[in-house]
Amino acid sequence: MPTFFEPKQIATPGDLVAEGEYFAGENTYKEDKRIYANRTGIVEYDNKTVNIVALKSFYMPKPGDIIIGTVVGIGFNGWTIDLNGPYQAFLRPSDVLSRPFKPQKDELSQVLDIGDLVVAKIVSYDRTHDPQITVAEPGLGKITRGQIIKITPTKIPRVIGKKGSMISMIKQETDCQIILGLNGVVLVTGKTPDEEQAALMAIHKVEEESHTSGLTDRITQMLKKEKSKREEVKE
Amino acid sequence: MNEKPEKLIDKKGLRLDGRKPDQLRAVKLEVGVIPNADGSAYIEQGKNKILVGVYGPREAHPKHLALQDRTVLKCRYHMAPFSVQERKSPAPSRREVELSKVIRESLEPAIFMEYYPRTMIDLTIEVLQADGGTRCASITAASLALADSGIPMRDLVVACAAGKAEDTIVLDLMDEEDKMGSADVPVALMPNLNAITLLQMDGKLTPEEFETAVNLAIEGCKQIYAMQKEALRAKYAGAKEEADE
Repeated sequence: MPTFFEPKQIATPGDLVAEGEYFAGENTYKEDKRIYANRTGIVEYDNKTVNIVALKSFYMPKPGDIIIGTVVGIGFNGWTIDLNGPYQAFLRPSDVLSRPFKPQKDELSQVLDIGDLVVAKIVSYDRTHDPQITVAEPGLGKITRGQIIKITPTKIPRVIGKKGSMISMIKQETDCQIILGLNGVVLVTGKTPDEEQAALMAIHKVEEESHTSGLTDRITQMLKKEKSKREEVKE
Repeated sequence: MNEKPEKLIDKKGLRLDGRKPDQLRAVKLEVGVIPNADGSAYIEQGKNKILVGVYGPREAHPKHLALQDRTVLKCRYHMAPFSVQERKSPAPSRREVELSKVIRESLEPAIFMEYYPRTMIDLTIEVLQADGGTRCASITAASLALADSGIPMRDLVVACAAGKAEDTIVLDLMDEEDKMGSADVPVALMPNLNAITLLQMDGKLTPEEFETAVNLAIEGCKQIYAMQKEALRAKYAGAKEEADE
């Protein structure tokens, strides 16, 4: 039962990763007991499961996911929301208005217009139907302030870090609130634009160097430097 | 430049550009060259210069083209007006439409089409400079661009041609050999699965010659395949080196 890659090595599509009694995990496929990579990514072994952590991918909806979407279309009975992936979601007005929707009275574009951003939750999705989303829960809804950054969806777990170490460190060092959309869109809200900028820089750096080691320490150093710079300017 | 060479192969057995019969042209591959595209690649093979961009999978436009059980690959092969000696009309020619189809069909077996029903993948191939064997170079670059965009693939697809110039079977034909030689056999291959996805022949070859030509082309493909993988890894190598310091 040989494996052909060391953990943390980069595999490309079609690479034979393992042979024998292994299970094909994320971004791999199995043919005759041979496990091949189907995306470019980092090889990881979890017991008998072979996983590839993709270095680039796009968002596939999953019920329960919190996402940040952009309004791209207004129809007669709802909005079309872009999820930064292959499929566009549908948002119903009754979820947004928290009262029954009356087509004669309510003007949808005054509630949410094209280009508006919403924090939402995926309600349902399968291969045959486009995803449905809702904002009728605490913490969800239209975004009114802050800055966003788009990163590859597979890097979101890296931004969170082990038991949230990375994200809580960024929040602490920059005094920003951060909402991570699982579709790769991140919202940063801080007291000043400079703080937001520092947080965005940190997240961008995590995306660029996600596959390297000792990243949390380097990001901490970078943010501390930025913080002291900001304080100097204040004085 | 328009003078016709008398001989394609000299007394020493070398070709017009000094290559041996079984030698590839210099290949340069680059991945992620177009930031606006979801995936992109650039190839230089001899004097060929080709740029490929991938968009998607995304909502299918026009909508009636969408399929319920799998994604649709839309492929456009286009030669820039300045890519050849005489200006080429920018309108799609018969040859370009055919090559678009051939390239699409050679890439489809590599993609997990059934993963993304009701969507479309747009593949744009722009030939900036042509010097024979553009369909093969296009396939090589297009599969790299697809892999770069994060579309799941069974394997990378590599293509390379072999042919016959003055009674010798030669690898990776260039423009003169393509036009004056007597046969051209382009082959596209998924090397890890050992599966051929494109096999064409133009000209005359005996069955024995055909077999040597195909085997030679497969050898060429395998050489380019190693470079393809290297190019994909090179995109992420920069950050890794920084971390090692």
